[in-house]
Amino acid sequence: MEESLKIIVLVKHVPDAQFDRHLAGEANTVDRSESILSELDEYALEAALQLSEARGGEAAGNKVIALSMGPAGAVNAVKKSLQIGASEGVHLSDEALAGSDAAATSLALAAAIRHLGADAPADLILTGMASTDGETSLVPAQLAERLGLPQVTFAASLELDAGKLTARRDGDTHADTIETELPAVVSVTDQINDPRYPNFKGIMAAKKKTITTLSLADIGVDPAQVGKAGSWTAVETAEVRPPRTAGTIITDEGDAGIQLVEFLAAQKLL
Amino acid sequence: MAKVLVFIDNPGQALKKSSLELLTIARSLGEPAVAFNGELHDDAAAALAAYGVQALYRPSAADLDDYLVGPKASYLAAAVQTSGATVVLTENSAEGKEIAARLSIKLGAGVITDVVAVDPDGTAHKSVLAGSYTTTARATTPVAVLTVKPNSITPEPAVTGTAPEAVTIEVPETATAASARVTARSEKPESGRPDLTEARIVVAGGRGVDGDFGPLEALADALGAAIGASRAATDAGWIGHDAQIGQTGKTVSPQLYISAGISGAIQQKAGMQTAKVIVAVNKDAESPVFEIADFGVVGDLFQVLPQATAEIKKRKG
Repeated sequence: MEESLKIIVLVKHVPDAQFDRHLAGEANTVDRSESILSELDEYALEAALQLSEARGGEAAGNKVIALSMGPAGAVNAVKKSLQIGASEGVHLSDEALAGSDAAATSLALAAAIRHLGADAPADLILTGMASTDGETSLVPAQLAERLGLPQVTFAASLELDAGKLTARRDGDTHADTIETELPAVVSVTDQINDPRYPNFKGIMAAKKKTITTLSLADIGVDPAQVGKAGSWTAVETAEVRPPRTAGTIITDEGDAGIQLVEFLAAQKLL
Repeated sequence: MAKVLVFIDNPGQALKKSSLELLTIARSLGEPAVAFNGELHDDAAAALAAYGVQALYRPSAADLDDYLVGPKASYLAAAVQTSGATVVLTENSAEGKEIAARLSIKLGAGVITDVVAVDPDGTAHKSVLAGSYTTTARATTPVAVLTVKPNSITPEPAVTGTAPEAVTIEVPETATAASARVTARSEKPESGRPDLTEARIVVAGGRGVDGDFGPLEALADALGAAIGASRAATDAGWIGHDAQIGQTGKTVSPQLYISAGISGAIQQKAGMQTAKVIVAVNKDAESPVFEIADFGVVGDLFQVLPQATAEIKKRKG
């Protein structure tokens, strides 16, 4: 029997990419009114649940903690994670966090992870490959640096055996096998698994699970270190890109390939 | 004059176009310096000199490639301190961004990713929310770290070349302590086509290619283009995942994007809507891709693409 695991999964509440998304306010931050659990975080949650279940799940002392940082609505990402199968939820919420860039976000999350590890440190911090709103992919590596942990990022497969983690990472020119001991920060791609959907049993069970709300004071972070004031970058201007408009659309009547080439020639693209 | 440090990981036999772009941007911002990792071949060294590199740094350790990201960030942090650089430029690849991420925490420096242009005062330009907004951003810290997308600027050598001597930077012994090891590496076969994110032209296929990328490859080779794919095509296993364009794949901004058999749902659009010109071929006239195409053909890609390929070959003689 392997030792039980304590896994923290970072989940983010993001605007639904199916609809138009907007920047708003003086600091040009993302409007989160129509938001959902970031699709890419579902792969991280699934990876965590699989690791836990392979070791006997909650009954054997394994814990999968869903941690989300964000305004009031972000608790929905935590709730959804509990429905899918996380064992407990944590919502880090504080007005001073608004407008945090990746550096300030990683500072707050690192403090929250240390706080949650006060009794027993987490073995694994799992994240998605990127948020579907900010899309910078900076936070996992910044978190690893702040926590002094190895990072295993963009994992397309993951195995854990006797405290040794092995992952496959696909690059453009080569594929690597990566190994590390725990604890570690791990980000997973959308190739790693097929995330499960919450079922009725999961939705009912989630109602009995605990969601802890943490403020900056709870995790010992000075409000000046986060938010717009604590960020190391500032967005100065934001302009809506003019939407693309449809050009010439033709129906093939036998010579569309030639017309296509004529279009390319006219655009000087040949 | 501001010192600008460009990180070039494994320069190879000849510098990549994206590296030359970084050097060109560096020169527009101040005095360019380069920190490289791996071997520096004569041709690459000559290119650095031609691009006006004033100072050159190499790591004391030869095993940085044996670890994931961490030690490279430690090396680069030491190089920034030695050089006195106030701007650091890296490529915008997954690893480039992660090195920038760890470096930024070590230096207390703001990092901006996906940059497409930098003003002389350091203001960075980028697109956000899948290309629906363009923003300007600045690092508010003494040092700025920028990861720059390929195809952002036309590379130009310096008016006067230089002859930089490489200075060795001591990589701290602790650099490898908390880092994951790379225990095996398999090189992927080279396609002979341009790199997808750097290509001037991209030909991409989706569900409609039904497993046969042959007509797309023929057209791509006639145009000197790279091959891309929608998630439907990569998930079906018709082509490798590294060809995927879209929200969870690569973002491309080529001069010309030819979309074949792709419906153009929002996930796909996210990866290609900043292309200069979009051409679409799809059997279904209702496909969303036609809403953003500059030139669209409602037709069978297995008829249209080979005809176009033959016509291009005829014109090119």
